[in-house]
Amino acid sequence: MAEEHSDMFKKSQEFLQMLSKQKDFIQDLLKENERLRFQVASLESRSGNAQSAEAELDALRQRLAKIERERNELEARYQKVEEENKDFAQRYVEVEEQNNNLANLYVASYQLHSTLDFQEVIHIVMEIIINLVGAEIFAIMLMDEKTNELGVIASEGYEEDFVFPTIKIGDGIVGGVAKAGEPYYINQAGDDYQVDAAHPLSCIPLKIKENVIGVINIYKLLVQKDAFTAVDYELFSLLAAHAATAIFSSKLYSQSERKLNTIQGFLDLLTTPVTKS
Amino acid sequence: MEGLRFLVVEDSPTMRQLISFSLKRFKGCTILEAVDGVDALKKLQTEEVDMILTDINMPVMDGLKLVSLIRQNPKTKSMPIIIITTEGAKEDRERGLALGADAYISKPIQSSNLLKVINDLLEKQSTTTNE
Repeated sequence: MAEEHSDMFKKSQEFLQMLSKQKDFIQDLLKENERLRFQVASLESRSGNAQSAEAELDALRQRLAKIERERNELEARYQKVEEENKDFAQRYVEVEEQNNNLANLYVASYQLHSTLDFQEVIHIVMEIIINLVGAEIFAIMLMDEKTNELGVIASEGYEEDFVFPTIKIGDGIVGGVAKAGEPYYINQAGDDYQVDAAHPLSCIPLKIKENVIGVINIYKLLVQKDAFTAVDYELFSLLAAHAATAIFSSKLYSQSERKLNTIQGFLDLLTTPVTKS
Repeated sequence: MEGLRFLVVEDSPTMRQLISFSLKRFKGCTILEAVDGVDALKKLQTEEVDMILTDINMPVMDGLKLVSLIRQNPKTKSMPIIIITTEGAKEDRERGLALGADAYISKPIQSSNLLKVINDLLEKQSTTTNE
């Protein structure tokens, strides 16, 4: 009986131990279950966050694209403004140049018509050629109506005793310009160019309407001037007409002054009472 | 800069008029004219001048002599001087600057270039005064 009890006790002990082990196992299972549940919940939550991040990323991508579009637009506008700016700067330079040219032409024209004295007019023409065109050696020739030949009346850069040849209408470059009434230019003289009265760098006819009264021959430019510029051609056109008119008017005025003096002398002689000595 | 007083020393009336024409861009400026060096020195005795623009080749007294006399006078020695001349060779330029000119411009002149040179000189002078 006692043995039976002892067996029973052992079995119950074993049973209890087994139950205890099962209890531990179940608790482990419960813990594992809890952990897995948490993991599932966590994964579910992460999946939700990933979706929201994807949406945010899309919004950022769209914003970036918009900003890039705006930047491109601004760049295009900036380039356009810069081009406009360059264009304005270029136009400003052109206007300045035009202003300078107009000032030169205005001053030249004003001075040419400021006097009726023949020598003064010639002096002004020379000043214009030296200071505004920048010529170092040149000559002004006028037509002799009786001989139909061109003769030098003023020059610069030549020796004082240099004798200029007279030129017949139609002869050579200078005579040809006087005949045709069209200017002649070599914009840039070659290295072998030598100053020669018959071969100027430029020959400008002095014209009153279609009538050529003389020419201006330029043989050499100042050392700092390489070639004729746009304003020089404008000045040549102005000289062709205005210098011709000024020279012609002053010449007529001098002649009429001389005649007037002669007539006045005669009149004085006639009206002066003769006194008997 | 307003109210500047320029003295233009030039025997050629054409050039005097052309230079004056360019200078009139300076608002309210006064332009005095002299036909040679002696005339300029007389004007400097009686007139207040901010800047001198002078030619070299002139009768009675040339521009180089004028520059040298202006630099010797304590009253005018620091006055800005610009030489405007047909003498465009390097040695002419060096001679003009060595005598005391502040700038050297060869003819034919470009109005824009003249104005730039004047503005640069005025700026330089103003910087020196402020120092």
